Amino acid sequence: MAITGLALVAFLLMHMSGNLKMFISGEAFDHYAHWLKGEGDEGGILYPLIPQGWFIWIFRLGMMAVILLHIYSAVTLWRRAKIANPDTYVAKRRLAQTYSARTMRWGGIILLTGVIFHLLQFTVRATLFSGTADAAPHEMVLGEFSIWWMVVAYAIWMVAVCMHIRHGFWSAFTTLGANTSLKAQRVLNGCAWVIAILLYIGFMIMPVAVLTGVLN
Amino acid sequence: MNITLRVWRQANAQDEGRMVTYQVADVSPDMSFLEMLDLLNEDLTVKGEEPVAFDHDCREGICGMCGVVINGTAHGRGDSPVPTTTCQLHMRSFADGATIDVEPWRAGPFPVLKDLVVDRSAFDRIIQAGGFISANTGSAPDAHAAPVSKLKADRGFDAATCIGCGACVAACPNSSAMLFTAAKITHLAMLPQGQPERYTRVKSMVAQHDAEGFGNCTNIGECAAVCPKEIPLDTISQLNRDLIASLFKKDGK
Repeated sequence: MAITGLALVAFLLMHMSGNLKMFISGEAFDHYAHWLKGEGDEGGILYPLIPQGWFIWIFRLGMMAVILLHIYSAVTLWRRAKIANPDTYVAKRRLAQTYSARTMRWGGIILLTGVIFHLLQFTVRATLFSGTADAAPHEMVLGEFSIWWMVVAYAIWMVAVCMHIRHGFWSAFTTLGANTSLKAQRVLNGCAWVIAILLYIGFMIMPVAVLTGVLN
Repeated sequence: MNITLRVWRQANAQDEGRMVTYQVADVSPDMSFLEMLDLLNEDLTVKGEEPVAFDHDCREGICGMCGVVINGTAHGRGDSPVPTTTCQLHMRSFADGATIDVEPWRAGPFPVLKDLVVDRSAFDRIIQAGGFISANTGSAPDAHAAPVSKLKADRGFDAATCIGCGACVAACPNSSAMLFTAAKITHLAMLPQGQPERYTRVKSMVAQHDAEGFGNCTNIGECAAVCPKEIPLDTISQLNRDLIASLFKKDGK
């Protein structure tokens, strides 16, 4: 749970930095997209160690494995908790838990549906609403985020993602043994807040810039 | 004070159980919560009804025997910044005329035996799995024969204050006994006497914890919030560190 979760956070940071290339130029963004897929003249990542165009598939396979392991761990924990916890208190009061901590499981399911939609939209290009399926990557992004409700939907989805990270980041480090004192607990929770807010701003600044016409 | 109590009544483990409302009159604000229950039981006895069964022993907050969920918090700490056991909770914490919900610990591995009494022998079996040191006891060693740093001694003693009451399990949304297990692990991991069996201990105790049917820890923190002995959440990280380290040790393999 912890290791796969942190791997996914690392992926999000990479993804975010890639998105921000839109602020350099549409060409820079397209070049990045093609470079990831190994479609450039230079042969792409790790060429010639691996054949051109293979990296993206190895990476996708790795991501799939990480996500499936993360889901497997979550389902195992959920099932054990369900068996152990009869949840029959008449009066219930919460003292310490945060909203993020409480919604990790159902929130995770919401995230997953968002991920599936996101992949269908920008990777498979099956659910594009701006008719840009054959356009360059940056035109597709511009087209999709010119739709106001798309930006709103992504803003809501990213709230769910960042809340998941808010608890998940701290929880992962605690599971790995980094919570050594009350001070460490505060530091880890502080870091979790910072990374969640950073990711939210980093991911939402580009769609908002497209919608408001700053990027076109 | 006059108090309205809504108490969980359950004749035996097979009974379905339900909340029953009782009026308790002339409660002194200086009474402990258990003394208030005694008052109720005297009244019930006089009326010829079955008294409410609840666990208790020392009534000094050090034995870990008592423990009920009061108004939704284990041991009834509520908004108070002071952690407490049920026996050390006083009726002055409640308003006159208050309605108080009293329920037993709820967790799969803690089946209700009667009313507010649950079977906590799962904890005993976790201790039996490794919460001890296998050393020959002889005469007491000389003082300072085995030096322990102040930091480790403090952590060890802090963790050793766990009285095994089970409030952590009662409060945990996963019904995990990780704080209890971690307190025992940390206690012995900090002291020189605990070192020889340190890594077999953590494996066996965690395995027994899971075998008893407790849920797993998702670092929510409800356990530490209700712990009458303020066992800190970082003991769970200590358990995890030892468990991860044990994967690279020959112990128990």
